[in-house]
Amino acid sequence: MLRENTWRAKLFDLTLLIVLLLIAFLCLLPLWYTLAVSLSEKSAAAAGRVWLWPVGFNFNSYKQIMGDGSFFNSFWISIQRVVLGASVTFFITTLMAYPLSRSTKEFRMRNVFMWILVFTLLFNGGLIPWYMTIKELGLYDTIWGLVLGGGVPVFNVILIVNFFRNLPKELDEAALVDGAGPWRMLLTLYIPLAVPVLATVTLFTIVYHWNEFFHGLVLTSGQENYPLQTLIQQFVVVINTANMTEDQYKRMSELSNQTLNAAKIFIAMVPVLIIYPFLQRFFIHGITLGSVKE
Amino acid sequence: MRNQSFTKHYYIMLLPGFIWLLLISIIPMFGIVIAFQDFNPGKGFFQSEWVGLDNFEYMFALNDTPVIFFNTVFIAVMKMIGNLIVPLIFAIMLNELRMMLVKRWIQTIVYLPHFLSWVILSGILLDVFSYTGPINTVMTFIGLDPILFFARADLFPFIIVASDVWKEFGFNTIIYLAALTSINPSLYEAAAIDGAARLRRMWHVTLPGLRTTIVLLAVLSLGNVLNAGFDQIFNLYNPLVYSTGDIIDTWVYREGLLNMQYGLATAVGLLKSVVSFILIIVSYQLASRFANYRIF
Repeated sequence: MLRENTWRAKLFDLTLLIVLLLIAFLCLLPLWYTLAVSLSEKSAAAAGRVWLWPVGFNFNSYKQIMGDGSFFNSFWISIQRVVLGASVTFFITTLMAYPLSRSTKEFRMRNVFMWILVFTLLFNGGLIPWYMTIKELGLYDTIWGLVLGGGVPVFNVILIVNFFRNLPKELDEAALVDGAGPWRMLLTLYIPLAVPVLATVTLFTIVYHWNEFFHGLVLTSGQENYPLQTLIQQFVVVINTANMTEDQYKRMSELSNQTLNAAKIFIAMVPVLIIYPFLQRFFIHGITLGSVKE
Repeated sequence: MRNQSFTKHYYIMLLPGFIWLLLISIIPMFGIVIAFQDFNPGKGFFQSEWVGLDNFEYMFALNDTPVIFFNTVFIAVMKMIGNLIVPLIFAIMLNELRMMLVKRWIQTIVYLPHFLSWVILSGILLDVFSYTGPINTVMTFIGLDPILFFARADLFPFIIVASDVWKEFGFNTIIYLAALTSINPSLYEAAAIDGAARLRRMWHVTLPGLRTTIVLLAVLSLGNVLNAGFDQIFNLYNPLVYSTGDIIDTWVYREGLLNMQYGLATAVGLLKSVVSFILIIVSYQLASRFANYRIF
């Protein structure tokens, strides 16, 4: 790289560094603030005295959550959903991607299926028909409604297909000469080679299922079947949609238990923070790999 | 020979995925007939009464319709612009930073909000912008009157756009950074020898090097003109800001699932789907023509 060592260049570098650090700080600030509130005394939080450090440090909010049965119930539903969702999606999308990565010479119908798949990405029936269908299928109020309700993650399939297509054809031919059929080829050749992209889409699926709240809201009948995000949405975030005035709104937000809410929000964030380093390592690589086409 | 014997296995591999696709994505497409019915869930698709275009006529007669369409497009277009430009500026700035370790740390931090849900971020935002929250404390401190931010219809769309850009800019930077690595370093050297200073090099080398990427992202975002972001708005809005913050998706949810106006809500949803479909097709056409982009 080019280097200039004049004082102007140094000033430029320093300003740049400070601005960038400030922006990064701005991304972390709200999360850090939430943690500080969750560890503060209720009255201090309500009076707006909490900044970047807890005021009246205590674990009361977390203790209170420990005794909250519905919180644990929803947490467990979310865990189930993530585990089932990630494994079902991994299994089905990988299996789908292999035939779709063949050339039309090898698999004549390939483009037809590919277009059907892409069509569902471009057009959908809308909320009401989707909701009615799920009900008719008997998936309402079941964990499978949450696991399957989002439909096939078409974008993930396309990412895997593109990755498979970019693997050298020679590998394929060598395996064929050795007498490998499609199943052996997929299991022993393609899957091991595609670990980066498969890890990426699986981590994305995990985050999706952990974060998704809307299906939890419309596809379940009540609190006992809510995943965690829906529970938090309903009891922390949502503001009653009855007609109200500005004063009523103000009073409502003052009544809320800020420290407890902050603790709930923070706990719901923790799983994402835990897998984030792995996500970070894989996703840039995975995305750029899948998007490069011949 | 190989084709015939393998094809059977290919179909078996596709089967689970396409059953899933059929049940959750394709069958609901036929459910759009609800838009032309006085739909009654007890009677189902086949027994409900047909009403022709009544739902559409009613939709165009409603006062809500122009409002929600305007709000949707307004918020969505502002987000498209913000999400195109802010990451671009950030990527160019990050590219100029010479300290590799710091650079990597900054990147890691700014991607993070993308992976947190709007439920969580809304909970945080509602607190940060609340009447006694930190933002209002600062405003009081510098002598301004505190504002009840989420009760102000005039501010709502801008809070929505700003918070969305805040959440997504880091992630959107990735594509620009990938494009930046493909700029030939000798171009910078040549420009330096010609006497171009740092800012001039950014203007004449970096920016043109990103031109294709910028055009591609702009074109592809066209398909989102009617997607103002349901999750975010649903978690942040309230009746006080419906006039500027209610969008097609939130309205369809309330009318369709809460007020059980199935036919009407499906009609509005269908209009949205059709317009979005056309926009996406156009944007893909443009993308393939100008940037040689193909989805598969």
